[in-house]
Amino acid sequence: MITVLLFARLREELGTERVELPAPADGWSLAELISALAGRYGAVWQEKLTAPHVIVSRNQEVFTDSERFRAGDEVAFYPPVTGG
Amino acid sequence: MDRFQVAVQTEDFDVGAETTALQQLEAGAIATFIGTVRSSADEPVEALELEHYPGMTERQLGKIVEEAVARWPLAGVRVIHRVGQLQQGARIVFVGVASAHRRDAFEACSFIMDYLKTRAPIWKKQHTAGGASWVEARASDDVAAASWDQ
Repeated sequence: MITVLLFARLREELGTERVELPAPADGWSLAELISALAGRYGAVWQEKLTAPHVIVSRNQEVFTDSERFRAGDEVAFYPPVTGG
Repeated sequence: MDRFQVAVQTEDFDVGAETTALQQLEAGAIATFIGTVRSSADEPVEALELEHYPGMTERQLGKIVEEAVARWPLAGVRVIHRVGQLQQGARIVFVGVASAHRRDAFEACSFIMDYLKTRAPIWKKQHTAGGASWVEARASDDVAAASWDQ
């Protein structure tokens, strides 16, 4: 399973903070993961998760495009941070 | 005591105790920064709600401190970030840095805050008389963080 976490505005807009979904053996690219989420939970996920400035992390590190998401990964989508 | 510490917590922190812990390292210089909930004149903020990504926040703060230690000769660093509901005027964040010399302490303290503001997964929602809204990220914070790479 891949765990997907949402924070702040995205959590509110999509109405959930955590979902889990089974991953294929060879993993998913970011675009494939987002399509899978939109397929399960609605097109609004595609819209919100691909909006400008959305940050993606994989296993608590900011995601780089060359990576693939695999079973056991913790993925998070969140807006630009505003701590401090 | 571990000379390099980061913490994310709901409870307030004791500035005196934090500074004393750094002073006991006998490094020579201590620089501190304390961020508090500001009150804007036109629309008073009644409360601030801070959300974070448990686990990743601590991990990223730890990495920021490691980067600071790699750049400046530091004897000790303490970073505390509060989360949850905070009232107007409340303390939000503490960064304390001990070093042999003031310039290194000032610069490392500033660096840690600049990186924290752009890398730590923490979000502020402000509650005013007009309702609640997420605080927007500021481009100037990205510029400040990027300036350390030049």
